[in-house]
Amino acid sequence: MEEKDQRKYFRNLLLHFRPSTVPERTLRLSLTWGLGGMAVVLVFLLIATGLLLKFIYEPVPGSAYDSILYLQSRVPFGQLLRNLHRWSGNALILLTFLHFLRVFYTGAFDPARRFNWTIGLILFAAVVFSNFTGYLLPWDQIAYWAITISTSMLDYLPVVGVGIKRLILGGTEPGTATLMNFYAIHTAILPALLLFILPFHFWRIRKANGLVIPRSPSEDTGYPGPQVDAMPHLIVREVTTALILLAVILLISMFYNAPLADQANPGLSPNPTKAPWYFMGIQELLMHFHPVFSLLVLPSMLMVGLFALPYIDDPTETAGTWFRSRKGRKMALIAMGVSIIGTVAGVLLDEFQFGLNPSGPPDMITNGLWPFAIILAFCAGFYLLMKKLFSATGSEVIQAIFTLLATAFVVLTVIGIWFRGAGMQLMWAG
Amino acid sequence: MGNKKSQEATDSGAPISRRVLLNRIWALAGGLAFAELIILLIAFFRPRRPRSDISAQDAVIIAGAVDRFEPGTVSAFVQGKFYLARLEDGGFLAMSRTCTHLSCTVPWVAGEDRFICPCHASEFDIRGDVINPPAPRALDLYAVSIENNVLKVDTGKLTRRSEFSTDQVTYPKST
Repeated sequence: MEEKDQRKYFRNLLLHFRPSTVPERTLRLSLTWGLGGMAVVLVFLLIATGLLLKFIYEPVPGSAYDSILYLQSRVPFGQLLRNLHRWSGNALILLTFLHFLRVFYTGAFDPARRFNWTIGLILFAAVVFSNFTGYLLPWDQIAYWAITISTSMLDYLPVVGVGIKRLILGGTEPGTATLMNFYAIHTAILPALLLFILPFHFWRIRKANGLVIPRSPSEDTGYPGPQVDAMPHLIVREVTTALILLAVILLISMFYNAPLADQANPGLSPNPTKAPWYFMGIQELLMHFHPVFSLLVLPSMLMVGLFALPYIDDPTETAGTWFRSRKGRKMALIAMGVSIIGTVAGVLLDEFQFGLNPSGPPDMITNGLWPFAIILAFCAGFYLLMKKLFSATGSEVIQAIFTLLATAFVVLTVIGIWFRGAGMQLMWAG
Repeated sequence: MGNKKSQEATDSGAPISRRVLLNRIWALAGGLAFAELIILLIAFFRPRRPRSDISAQDAVIIAGAVDRFEPGTVSAFVQGKFYLARLEDGGFLAMSRTCTHLSCTVPWVAGEDRFICPCHASEFDIRGDVINPPAPRALDLYAVSIENNVLKVDTGKLTRRSEFSTDQVTYPKST
């Protein structure tokens, strides 16, 4: 009797976070791939490992690097702990990005869910900034210079940029104040923010009556299918996913050590110096465009577009169908191909044609306005062509444009990470 | 309530009741307190000043005698974080070692007679002018003065410039 009661209470507690029943079809792995759930698991793993790291790490330039060395060589399982934290942080960015793609391509931002899209974008930003602020803490050459060039990008924001940079750095260049700022933001403000917003993200799913119902392109939207008990059907699946993920992260952390270069030296920039990998797309963009465009115009246009998306496009009719429709999938594939070829060609052309013997500093017109106008015209032309060629719906064409831009971003990131060597020359640098 | 309402209506001289007035004062006081808090926070987070004040004296670095520097050479000053360049015509320029693109530290590559930034391959000539983008402007300057044939560089103040011009150069008195 008592045991039964306990189970009931346990179940009640769990079911405050999860619904008591869920539509059976939303359990399909091919709907979510467990991405959102895995991201949550990583958040908890990061908090757990981060709390342990707080007992060892010293957030002062003079001793930060030494405390990392101490952690790695003297603390039992210290290296493993740091590896777990590092790889989880990187995996979190990757998984939240994939989660974002999944939500977009299954059209799960209909009016019932669109505010959750906004919350999701904010969470994504919080995840990226968590990683970024953590990047500085080891205080090695990689950390110091990545943060130097990333924050120096702010110099190009008109009016407020220099002030914001000074505020973040607590001075004109990374130093004690910077490390303490980043430490406070990384270990207190952002985790608190994440834990505060995450429940909101889950609650909005329940308000929308669960996840979007997966459907094949020919199926009708009407019938949601039968409900099943969340315990065990959903919970067991979630726990299984979590355990597999933990095992994978643990394995990776056993075999691959988190990178650590020499102690930070403000007098010596390593060659090449790279931003954190998730900013490499922007750094690559910076190689080809005037900073006002690569750091301000293009990113803010993308931002506005992403936040506005669910208010421009209502995917209710195709929600739950991957890529909207068969036609939509074909268009997305074409967009992806065009984008891969176009981006690679653009980078090569700029590198070997226009960038060969430049006679002066980058020009606002030739390196900014012109290429920007060409890209805009290209997108507009692609939009019209797609619309005409496929006589597609607005939703499908928006998906094609999204695919075009997302692919370009991924390609630029890949080029930045693996194809930029010494002096930022194009080469295989993997 | 009804009583009060009628009172309000008859009080033609006072358009707002005591309750409304008091509520507004509360709101005003609350607003002021909030504004104070914001100002305190801004003051708190303003970039920290150096713990020990660097006097103007310390910012001036004595680089050495004029003839120590050959024309067409660049000398690095690690302590002051600047480069002292002596141009072919004998003039001096003191330049920041920070790249104007994204703040990397730029080394002088003597073999190629230019500063080459390791981060994004910006290149500057001996006068700090951009030879190769993405750097948007020439290297920042520090003021150079020559007293009794001894060079002094004031690292307290950085001067931005878009490109090189001859009035930036300091020449020794007797050439």
